[in-house]
Formats: sequence, C-alpha cells, structure tokens
Amino acid sequence: MSARSEPTELELAGQVIELVRRLGGRAAQAEAVVTRADLALTRFANSAIHQNVAESTVGIRLRVHVDGRTAAGSGSVVTADGLGALVERTLAAARLCPPDPAWPGLGPPTPTPPAPPVDEATAHAEPDQRADRVRAFVAAAGGLSTAGYCRTAHRSSAFANSAGHTAHGRSVEAAMDGIARQAGADGVARRCADRLSDIDGAELGGHAAAKAQAAADPIELPPGRYEVVFEPAAVADLLQNFSWYGFNGKRYAERQSFAEPGADQFDRAVTLVDDPLGASGLPFDAEGTGRRALTLVEAGTTRAVAHDRRTAGEAGAESTGHAVAGGATWGPMARNLRLSGAAAGPASAVGRSTTGAAAGAVVDSDTAALVAGVRRGLLVTDLWYTRVLDPKSLVVTGLTRNGVWLVEDGTVVRAVRDLRFTESYPRALGPGAVLGLGARPVRQPDRVDGAWWAAPPVRLASWHFTGGASG
Amino acid sequence: MTEFDAATAAVQAALDAGARYADARVMHRRYESMTARNGDVEELTQDESIGIGVRALVGASWGFHAVPDLSAAAARDAGRRAARIATASARVPGPPVDLVPVEAVTASWASGCQIDPLGVPLSDKGDLLVGATRTMAEHGADLAEGLYQIWDTAKWFVSSEGHRIDQRIRECGGGISATSIGDGETQRRSWPSYRGQYGTTGWELVESLDLAAHAAQIAEESRALLTAPPCPAGETDLILGGEQLALQIHESVGHAIELDRILGWEAAFAGTSWLDLAQLGSLRYGSELMNITIDPTIPGALGSFGFDDEGSPAVKRDAVRDGRWVGVLAGRDSAAMASLDYGGSVRADGWARLPMVRMTNVGLEPGPHTLDEIIAATDDGVLMDLNRSWSIDDKRLNFQFGCEIGWEIKKGRRGRMLRNPTYTGIGPLFWRSMDMLSGETVPWGTPNCGKGQPGQTGHTGHPAAPARFRNVRVGVSA
Repeated sequence: MSARSEPTELELAGQVIELVRRLGGRAAQAEAVVTRADLALTRFANSAIHQNVAESTVGIRLRVHVDGRTAAGSGSVVTADGLGALVERTLAAARLCPPDPAWPGLGPPTPTPPAPPVDEATAHAEPDQRADRVRAFVAAAGGLSTAGYCRTAHRSSAFANSAGHTAHGRSVEAAMDGIARQAGADGVARRCADRLSDIDGAELGGHAAAKAQAAADPIELPPGRYEVVFEPAAVADLLQNFSWYGFNGKRYAERQSFAEPGADQFDRAVTLVDDPLGASGLPFDAEGTGRRALTLVEAGTTRAVAHDRRTAGEAGAESTGHAVAGGATWGPMARNLRLSGAAAGPASAVGRSTTGAAAGAVVDSDTAALVAGVRRGLLVTDLWYTRVLDPKSLVVTGLTRNGVWLVEDGTVVRAVRDLRFTESYPRALGPGAVLGLGARPVRQPDRVDGAWWAAPPVRLASWHFTGGASG
Repeated sequence: MTEFDAATAAVQAALDAGARYADARVMHRRYESMTARNGDVEELTQDESIGIGVRALVGASWGFHAVPDLSAAAARDAGRRAARIATASARVPGPPVDLVPVEAVTASWASGCQIDPLGVPLSDKGDLLVGATRTMAEHGADLAEGLYQIWDTAKWFVSSEGHRIDQRIRECGGGISATSIGDGETQRRSWPSYRGQYGTTGWELVESLDLAAHAAQIAEESRALLTAPPCPAGETDLILGGEQLALQIHESVGHAIELDRILGWEAAFAGTSWLDLAQLGSLRYGSELMNITIDPTIPGALGSFGFDDEGSPAVKRDAVRDGRWVGVLAGRDSAAMASLDYGGSVRADGWARLPMVRMTNVGLEPGPHTLDEIIAATDDGVLMDLNRSWSIDDKRLNFQFGCEIGWEIKKGRRGRMLRNPTYTGIGPLFWRSMDMLSGETVPWGTPNCGKGQPGQTGHTGHPAAPARFRNVRVGVSA
C-alpha cells in the first residue's frame, strides 16, 4: 500500500458517497468503508513450509438508506465503472426492499480517537521474514515434527458518510501459532503482537516442544467434575463465546443472552474489558463510530453489552463502536477482549512453582503459581471445536487439545488424554468459582487479524468433563 | 484483455520467474443474501468480487499470490510474486513435490439452473421471507428468522500444463427458524435445516422448500419444546433423521478422509485424521450398510462441479464400500505424496484463496428401508433430527452432536417430544452400529465448511437418509 498512484481509501470512500448523492438524490443516506489490505500467511507442517500465501486486496462496503429502505453491498473493483455499478445496484436493491423503521441514522461528524502507531516493518514484511521465524520455530523444536503458521497483516481503511463524517486509520498485526508433535502428543505456543520483531520463533518453538515432550504417554481419566487451571489459549475460547453470545447487543435485545447489566454474574476476580486500541487497530467501526475501551464486567458485575447504532437505538443507548459488516444479522461484536490479570482483581493464588515428571508442561510463572495451589485437578492448555448447545445459558461442548495434565498436591504429575466437556461458561466463572488468576494477560490471535483475546491463566473450581477419549 | 488472457499472463510470469509449474484462477463471484426477522427484512446484501490467484511451484516449494486486478501488468506481477513466495518457502524445505497426471483440456461447464436466482425480483424474495417469519411470529415464536443466499461464480482456470477451463456455478438455498425463549434457555426449530438447504441449482430449489407451509408448525414445536421432558441420559437405540445424518457424515467421514489431514498438512489447525493410509482398502469403517461415495457429478448437489480448481475432471469414486474404507479426497500433490493416482477434490474459496483439499459430495448410498419401517422395528429408542450443535475432536473420532428435537420411540411408535437431545460416540464404533438405513435420500448442502489458514468456507453436499444406530450414549448435559 505504499507509494500507490491510485486514489487513497478516503478519496474512494468520498467518491462513493458523491455517487450516491448524484444517483440517489440528496435525501439518500449512505456510508462507505474502503479497505486496502496486504495479508500474508506462511504455513508449515511436517516441519516444512507447505503453503505460503499473500494477497493484496481492496474492498468497498456500502450501505444506503433511501426512501426509508436499507440495503448493503460490497465490491472489489475501484474503477469509475466499478464504483458506479456498486452504487447503482445497492440503490436499486434498497428501493425494492420493505421499509426499515429501525434505521438508526448516520453518525455525525466526530473526531476519530487516536490509534497506536503502525510498525512499518511489519506492514511491509517480506516472505523471507516469515519463513525465518518458521525456520527458528522448527529448529527450536529439537527434531520434533512441527506445524503452524506465521502471518502478517496490514490494513488501511477509510470511512465516509453522507452526513459529512470521515475517518481513516491503519492497523498491523503479526502472529505465530505452532505445535510440536511427539508420538501423537502435541504442545502448542501462540502469540499475537503489533510488531513482527516481537514474534520470537525460537522461543515459541521451544515452548511447544517442551509441552509436547511433557504430554507423552498420557493416561485416560474418567469423566466428571475437576478443578482446572486453564492456560491463556483455553481462556481465549471462553472470551470468544462471551463476546459472540453474551455481550452482543443484538442477542441481548432478543433475550438470547445471559448478560444482565448491574447483576453480579461473575466471580469478583473477573474484570473484562474490550480494548480495541489497546493494540494496533482501526480507530472506528463499520459505521464510523470511534472505538474505545468498554468495560463489560467489573469485579464480577456485568456493566455493559456491545452496541452498534441499530442495537443502541433499540436499547435507548449510545453505540459503543462495535458495528461490523453484516451486523444487522449477527449483531455488534467485541473482538478485543482482555481478562484483567490478578493485579486488577481482589484475589490471586500464589504458590510454589513446582512440577513433577511432566516438567515441561508449565512454561510460565503465572501458570506455575496457579498449579501450585491445586490439590487435585487438571491443567488444560487449549480448547477445541467448541459449540453452543444453548445460547442463553451458554452451555458449550468441546474438547481439550494440545495438552492436558493431572495435577496433584500442586505438582503436575502426568499427561492425560483429551477429554470432552459440556459446561455453562458463565456458570464456570460465576461468583466463587474463580480460585485464582495469573498476573499477566497473554494476547492470543484470532483466526482473522484484527481480533484478539488476551487473558492470564485462570484457576477454576469446577469444570464438567462429560467424556473421555474413548467416548 | 480476457480473463483467460490475464490467467495466461500470470502463469507465464511465474514460469519466467523460475516456477516449474504454475496455475491461475480468475474468479468473478456475485453473492446476494437476505435475512428477515419477525416479519421484517433485516438485512439485504449484494456483493461482487473479481480477482486472480496464482499458484507457483519452485523446486519443491509452493507460493501463492492474489490481486483484485485483471490488467496484464497486475496479472504478471501476481505471477512473479507467487514465484518469489515459493522461493521463500524453500528456506524451510520439505520433500520433493510431484503432481499426479491430469489430461490438459480446454473445456466449459455450467451447473444446471432453471430459474436464475439473481433474476428473481427482490420484492418476491422479500415477500417470501417476510411472510414466513410473520407466520412463525404469529404462531408463538419469540424470534422468527428466515434467509436465503445466492452465489453466482464464473471462473477461468489456466495451467502451465495447458489447461484452459471456464465454469459457471450457480448456487442458492434458504430456510427458516423459530426460536422460543424460556427461563434460562431457548428452543429452536428450523425448516428444512438451520440456515437452510442449498444446492448448485436455481431458485427452483428455494421454491421447492415451501417455507411458508412449514412456518406455523415449527413455531409451535419450538414453543412446545420449552416444556417437553429432557432427553433421558443413557445408552439406547438412536434413529437419526437425514439432515442430522448428513452432518454426521460431513464431520466423521468427510473430514476424516481428506488426504491433507491424513498427511499431517492440517495438523496445527483443522487437525489430522484417525485414518492410516496403510489401512486403505482393508480398514472396517462401519457396518456393511455403509457405502459412502465421493461424487461431484450429482446434478444439483452443493458439492458438484465440472472440474476442480486444479483442472481435474469430476469423477465419482468410492470412499467406503460395504463398510470398508477404500478412498480419499485428494489433490494432485497430496495424491502423489501418498502414491495414489487420483486427485479431483481441490477447491478454493474465491480468487484470493489457495486451492486445497475439500469435500465435494460425500454421502451415503440409499439403504433398503424407510423411516417408518425403522421406527416400527425399534422397541426402545430415541429419534433425533435437525442439527443444533456439532463438535468433534481433531482426529475426527470423538463427537458430540445436539439436535433441535427428539422423540421417544417405544414399541415401534413415535411417542413424546424430547428437548435438548444430544448424542456422543466414537466414529468407527458408531458407524459399525448402523443396522438400518432408509432409501429416502436427500442431497443435503452445507455452505459453511470451515478449513484452512487463512480461513476458507467450502460448499459441500451430503446425500443422506434416516438410519438407526444401536446402543448409543444420549442425553449428555452440563
């Protein structure tokens, strides 16, 4: 995206708005988002790079409201003909739609919040740089088979609407996620950062290998309720599901969410903040609303749900800056959740940093401190294929992955085969259920850049495992 | 400059930059979806995307680059970049890469379509969803939702081996769902499945679903489920409706027979497979009633095409025959690595994505029974239908599914409605317990199969019919 001779994203967005005015009349309301992106992902398996991709894309999203009717569209052609076709078909679609009485109107011109600076080296990273991190990961695994990816993402995006509001921002992200494998046992290491230079392939490869070696020769445990220590990768799954099903303003309005603002729904150790500009991120949402930190849970008390302009209008609230493309169907999303570390909460388990035979299972002091307090329970690295059985109670089933260990008397004693669970996520973190938190949230990448989940390890009183590896 | 010209320029540029093989896909996709809620249109979206993706093989390493620009300069640049990325891949090299031979052809193919779905007036499509969701709301649903989706994809494929193939694939479908909300839980009923049924057809598929005719019934059932007894916990005989069995096939057979998973290429994300190539041809996957085919030639099924995205022609193959595992879903490079002689199952989700091994139509051949016969032959069991949740481990062995609705089966008759029905098991043990299979087959379409990094969404088909499984664990709850 450097040194392009073509129009800027802001100029293109302005052209689209002007076309809507010209073709739809001055009463037509419109908002346009233009994004150029350079996304690259270097993937490895069996300790070799087997897929290595990059894309340089441009996309325009347009939403129009004309004669009381609304439609949206997108395109990838930024020529005059392409923009004109997008505007014409979106206006035509809107005119054929039924009325939209809940249209929330456009956001007025407002200043855009300042965003963190973009690391240019990451924005323009070369394939060799990603490959070198993969090579370091593979080498650090000490001969174990490895698999995973290293990716970089750079987005430059602009917003304009017919109310005169404009905004522009850029974001970058680097992430690495890899496993090391030994005799069917996997260990994982995963990081997300604003700078590729902060991604240390060797460190991650070493951690993954240590955990894989510690996961060897697992035993099978009977299903049942166990005390657990979840590492940040596992906690990230809880945060994603809270975001999608719980703190989603649309689901809240539909009474499909467990969230009850003002109620003490979580343990007092739980403080949950959506912090989109706590790392590199675009400073505005799909409706041009400025993004800022939103406290969803404060010391166990639910404080808020995420809103876009439509759900906010229905709730008599203000948009919290969480509009996404397709939000009328899926609702607004908090995609940068951080579970605060123990320093921000009232309770912290501090104990011995000891492990037994499976010495590599614990790779950080926060997890070690939590494990030290467990009389009998399980250390869980990661969760996999979690699916919601009921959205309101947020009962979820899924499996453990990338390492489970039995903990006895504060010591990791041996590896355990993967288990299936069926559990209500808010209940598992309910009042009195959180026995400890680590101090330092670790940022975990999402499947798409721009979303991330930061959490320390968490010790929970009970988790319902409903099946073993054998069924 | 035609689409073929752009693809040819990209391939030549990759070769000039050192590739020993290259291919390019130009894709032009139009997408339209509409959702409705409680009698109002909720969202209408029309998207259009055009671009080119180039794949280059340098030595034993692949590279891929994609751009939304079909000019000669942009296409050539994409080809050069793909080769450059492949060169970077060689910094962490793997084993030699071969491609199983495929005849280089010049060909055109188009899916069948009686009624152009993008040509149906938006007002007609809106009226359909508005009417059906209004009916559901009037019959007790707290949340009445409907949607349709349409994809119209044109693609042009060129390879350095001489392929020159254009295809046009039109896909569409839709469905309705009613949700009733009680104290602390929700209950949902859908028709014909949650988020709909899909195929490589025109709008005639949506018309055949007759959404309006089923709206009242599913709304009333969603309300009734709130007070229905819960599915009891324990082991029992399980009868699955065809829609649920389609997803069972998708998750516990379709993904398990993907050769890239078997070879470990998806180990860090989608996972591997419990299947071992050394057992191909001998492993007992299920009972003798189990005959699974890989068949992208089924007219109208969602996983159908004329050629896959590396130019292999659509061919029907066996995956499981008489309960024995005999075939895989493969691509040209994975097949060569596994010493197999066929690919044919590689597809890309749009021009910006790398082609990879995907399901086509993976489904059960019809059995000798009917659902009524299966129920009549069951003394004590549970009938479950329409998927509500799905989860399976990374080796595709340990699964747990939840369905929207269950019914008690006692002495050969359908009895009380049951809420929150779930079942769990281990893939091959489950399939070996199948002892009755209906011939009432429907080619169910799944338009949301996730795989790959960056993520890709695949469209797959799964012919399936009701079946019975013995001694299955049901009624798992939190």
